[in-house]
Amino acid sequence: MSMRKVAVVGAGMTKFVRRAQETAKELSWQAAHMALESCEMTMDDIEAVCLGTAPDSFDGIHMNGEYLSDGAGAWRKPFMRSYVGGGTGVFVPIQGWYHVASGLFDVVLVVAEEKMSSYYPHAQAAFLTIFDHTTERPLKPNLLWIFALEMNRYMSTYGIRKEDIALVSVQHKRNAADHPCALLGDPNITVEDVLNSETLAWPVQRYDVSPVSDGAVALVLAAEHVTKRVTDKPVWIEGVGWNLDTAHWTNRDLAYPRYVEYAARQAYEMAGIKEPRKEIHIAEPYDPFDYKALHHLEGLQLADRGQAAQLYVDGVAARDGDMPVCPSGGLLGVGNPIAAAGLMKIAELFWQLRGEAGERQVPGQPKRGLAQAWGDLMQVGTVVIMGR
Amino acid sequence: MTANIKEFPGTPLSEQDFAEGNILFNYDELRGHFAWDTGIAIGRYLAALKEGIILGARCTTCRKIVVPPRIVCEWCFRPMHEYIPLQDTGTVNTFSLCYVTWDVKRIEEPEIPAVIEIDGASPLHGIMHMLGEVDPPKVHIGMRVQAVWKPAEEREGAVTDILYFRPLQEV
Ligand SMILES: [Zn+2]
Repeated sequence: MSMRKVAVVGAGMTKFVRRAQETAKELSWQAAHMALESCEMTMDDIEAVCLGTAPDSFDGIHMNGEYLSDGAGAWRKPFMRSYVGGGTGVFVPIQGWYHVASGLFDVVLVVAEEKMSSYYPHAQAAFLTIFDHTTERPLKPNLLWIFALEMNRYMSTYGIRKEDIALVSVQHKRNAADHPCALLGDPNITVEDVLNSETLAWPVQRYDVSPVSDGAVALVLAAEHVTKRVTDKPVWIEGVGWNLDTAHWTNRDLAYPRYVEYAARQAYEMAGIKEPRKEIHIAEPYDPFDYKALHHLEGLQLADRGQAAQLYVDGVAARDGDMPVCPSGGLLGVGNPIAAAGLMKIAELFWQLRGEAGERQVPGQPKRGLAQAWGDLMQVGTVVIMGR
Repeated sequence: MTANIKEFPGTPLSEQDFAEGNILFNYDELRGHFAWDTGIAIGRYLAALKEGIILGARCTTCRKIVVPPRIVCEWCFRPMHEYIPLQDTGTVNTFSLCYVTWDVKRIEEPEIPAVIEIDGASPLHGIMHMLGEVDPPKVHIGMRVQAVWKPAEEREGAVTDILYFRPLQEV
């Protein structure tokens, strides 16, 4: 394939909060404005806009992408919204990447936004509509069921203990204490706190879950010749991958996300990565629930099946470990405004690889990182690999 | 860059800001009404449930037996026209003890949703349903269960024609 090199050259984000006073458009603008300022560009430099936002049902606005377009700077420009549920935040930069890699555009603005707080009283109820209207919804399902059912199957298949899974939540929330935009950073949280938190849907307890949030993140992507002009610290998008499993989620292996494996293999091949456990220096797997980070690390081939918790037990996943996992603080700590949360992981890799992550900086001048998200009807994996 | 930035945008509000009217807001309810036709395969599935039968479908190419039935095999992308009555027994693939309802209300007695692999379907092929007539701490993965049906005259061709699955008393 003949594709052009594409770099991330700028990034911006808002705080992630439970309820933002700003509207969805205003959050989009704040992040976009900051991303442009970070690389000293204006809207005149932007040739196309890619926007990611998750279910319209949160906002109660049909065609929410178009509704947000003025905040995202899409006026009189080619504009496209992508939506693959929770996977959106890592899919929208892939969309921006092929806009530029293809040669169609030289500079693209990528914006991801979520305002979950408008759905009243709790965004959780909006998820009812992801279940099949005839075969599932009459049982009055709730979104927690999906995670609880998958977590239980995952734990039982490999004999994983809840206290080991709780380590994920502890580490991510502790990491988030160093993130200036974080909603649930806590430097002192312990495994006991997680294990003693309210049981929502066993085995899922309150601190196993990321918080509903409002927020936005934006990136500027550029082709090589523009990149050289605007920065001496480009971070290149080296590999991308995405893959979908069956929508009949009760007809598949819940203990192992094969679709994440396929997405990762696509991205590794493009990036020329043969031994991901050695060549990936920072991993930002999708962590809406603590066990999901483990599940995904295994799908990403960064741990053997059933063994990802050991990375946390042994300190490998710590910020100063051999392969730091979610040094940002992840969704569990920074917050989970769905599409924005995924793109936050890409922004984190951008800052980490440039050595600009401040208190969160991973030591040893990391060269390569991977971000992954998951979503749709519990069935999509999206992966981006970045390097410098 | 995060290292150089002192103040990030975004203004947090609390629930109290709404309750006490510190901010202006617009409250509205959206109401949607739908009548979903059941289609071909799920139509057959629901009609069978009314007769007290769990129906699957078989792919003649890869021989997979799926439940609920569908008209196309995802693996082969070939038509699935063979409907097969399955058992109304199965094995718990996974379950949860859930203490919150779909709209986040707390409940004392847990609901017990489960994925149940149905006897007669291919391995790992199950449906989501509820467990009942069981002491929650005794539920386990691998537990054998059987459907508890509504009385025949009350069935209406819906997944709720099965009230729940209960532990199977093997003879
Ligand atoms: Zn087939």
